[in-house]
Amino acid sequence: MADTADRVVGGLRTDGPTVLAAYGALVRSRVAAQASYRTSFVVDIAAQVLIGLVEFAEVYVVFTQVSDLGGFSFAEVSLIFGLATAAFGLADLVVGHVDRLPFYVRTGQLDAFLLRPLSALGQLVTSDFSLRRLGRVAFSLLVLVIALAAVDINWTPARVALLLSTPIAGAIIFSAVFVATSAVGFWLVDGTEFANAFTYGGNYLSSFPFTVFGSIVRRTFTFVIPVAFVAYLPALALLGRDDRMGMPAWLSWSAGPVALVAWLVALLVWRTGLRHYTGTGS
Amino acid sequence: MSLAAARPAAALAGAGFRRWSTYRQAAVAGVFVNTVFGVIKLSILLAVADSAGGTVAGYDRIGLSTYAWMSQGLIAVVVINAWTELADRIRTGDIAVDLARPVDLQLAWLAADLGRAVWALLSRAIVPILFGAALFGFRVPGNPLVLVLLPVSITLAVVVSFACRFLVNLAAFWLTEIRGLVTFYFLVAGLLGGHLVPVQLFPGWLQTVAYATPFPAIIQWPIDLVTGQATGWAVGGVVAAQLGWAVVLLGLGRLVLSRATRRLVVQGG
Repeated sequence: MADTADRVVGGLRTDGPTVLAAYGALVRSRVAAQASYRTSFVVDIAAQVLIGLVEFAEVYVVFTQVSDLGGFSFAEVSLIFGLATAAFGLADLVVGHVDRLPFYVRTGQLDAFLLRPLSALGQLVTSDFSLRRLGRVAFSLLVLVIALAAVDINWTPARVALLLSTPIAGAIIFSAVFVATSAVGFWLVDGTEFANAFTYGGNYLSSFPFTVFGSIVRRTFTFVIPVAFVAYLPALALLGRDDRMGMPAWLSWSAGPVALVAWLVALLVWRTGLRHYTGTGS
Repeated sequence: MSLAAARPAAALAGAGFRRWSTYRQAAVAGVFVNTVFGVIKLSILLAVADSAGGTVAGYDRIGLSTYAWMSQGLIAVVVINAWTELADRIRTGDIAVDLARPVDLQLAWLAADLGRAVWALLSRAIVPILFGAALFGFRVPGNPLVLVLLPVSITLAVVVSFACRFLVNLAAFWLTEIRGLVTFYFLVAGLLGGHLVPVQLFPGWLQTVAYATPFPAIIQWPIDLVTGQATGWAVGGVVAAQLGWAVVLLGLGRLVLSRATRRLVVQGG
């Protein structure tokens, strides 16, 4: 099985246009499937907006008690929250279901993927898009827009570019975290909850200023799981502030390269996991 | 409960315990995740206390640590998310087989859930609490009445949680897809139950909303016994109110189930 996996993953990728057309067809079929049940789709999207609202309630409750958190105002934390949850929502929409890898392993669906001339990861990702998560992303963007109106930003072309690119770079970083941690499922079929600590935990933590965390947590979620680059560090550059804990200012502008490195590492982990995979044995 | 009903219930509880105890990897992963979330949650709460000048809504730093680790341990035991087995059986029609069995559907699932809760307490709750206590501090309740009533309170929290999840699952009789409802329930119950932030930190209007729901009975109240937010007569009051919610919600579940099964038609042969 390992040999087949290698050949399929590595070998047939060069066939550019055909492969893209195949993925295009897969994605269109998923979109059509979800949009065809109109009422159910609208209800799902509305539920996702409410989910965003409940997440934001924690920030709101905290600021009914205090006027600053770790040196940041309500509007500034809302800005961080908006950036983080928009990025997470986008990543969850596109690749969130990879953490169900054990389900694909158990049902034999992964074996079916391996037999087709497309990469297993590519098929897994395109097998299910959670379009309903657009509701959550929309709510995050709403919070972001209101927060941007409420904070004081000295706008420059560089800051505008940073603001526009941050949710995309953030989504790429979160997708890498999803893929890398879900690959744990190749070794531990019952242990995929581990991934939650870094995916959902990363979303939770990156919605708040990093000044509230201790140094071990801060370093882990900056240099190992790089979610500091999703919201907190770019927000510092937007607000024109320095990190109280002494992170160099250029890190605030580095989400793009970090996203690239994160994906390379994620693909490496995924490929190692896939090589380790030998089927369910049934 | 009569003796005739108690024996299958005990067997089902034992089966619930054994069933979940086979997932050892999942338990280790769960402990890890709960601990990571505990550290994040406590960091945020301690920053709130720092900004507020040391204490917030009657919680000092040790109080917040006790709250954070009790809530992380307890959430694994009471569980507010992702149980859709009953809804799946309703959707597939397997519910017809369950209804034909000579055991009460609700009590059977409740017994299995209590068995699961015992395993979760041993495997998922104790380690995060010990870890948190060692690193961040923990206030062990001095009141002997609390030590006696705490196991009762936690058991009732599981029963109230089960009764709510039973009702959410029954929605599958009317809706084909309850995934959105389950996610929404998880978030609302978590917030209003005091899992993310203690209910005492809520603004007045939100506290009123929270206390009008059964969710604090699942999370906040058992923790209040330990943190000392509930003292004196309130200790007994907490347990009595939990009992009230348990009776009302289990009763409501039976009512909804009987209404649903009256019009149940299962297709196929």
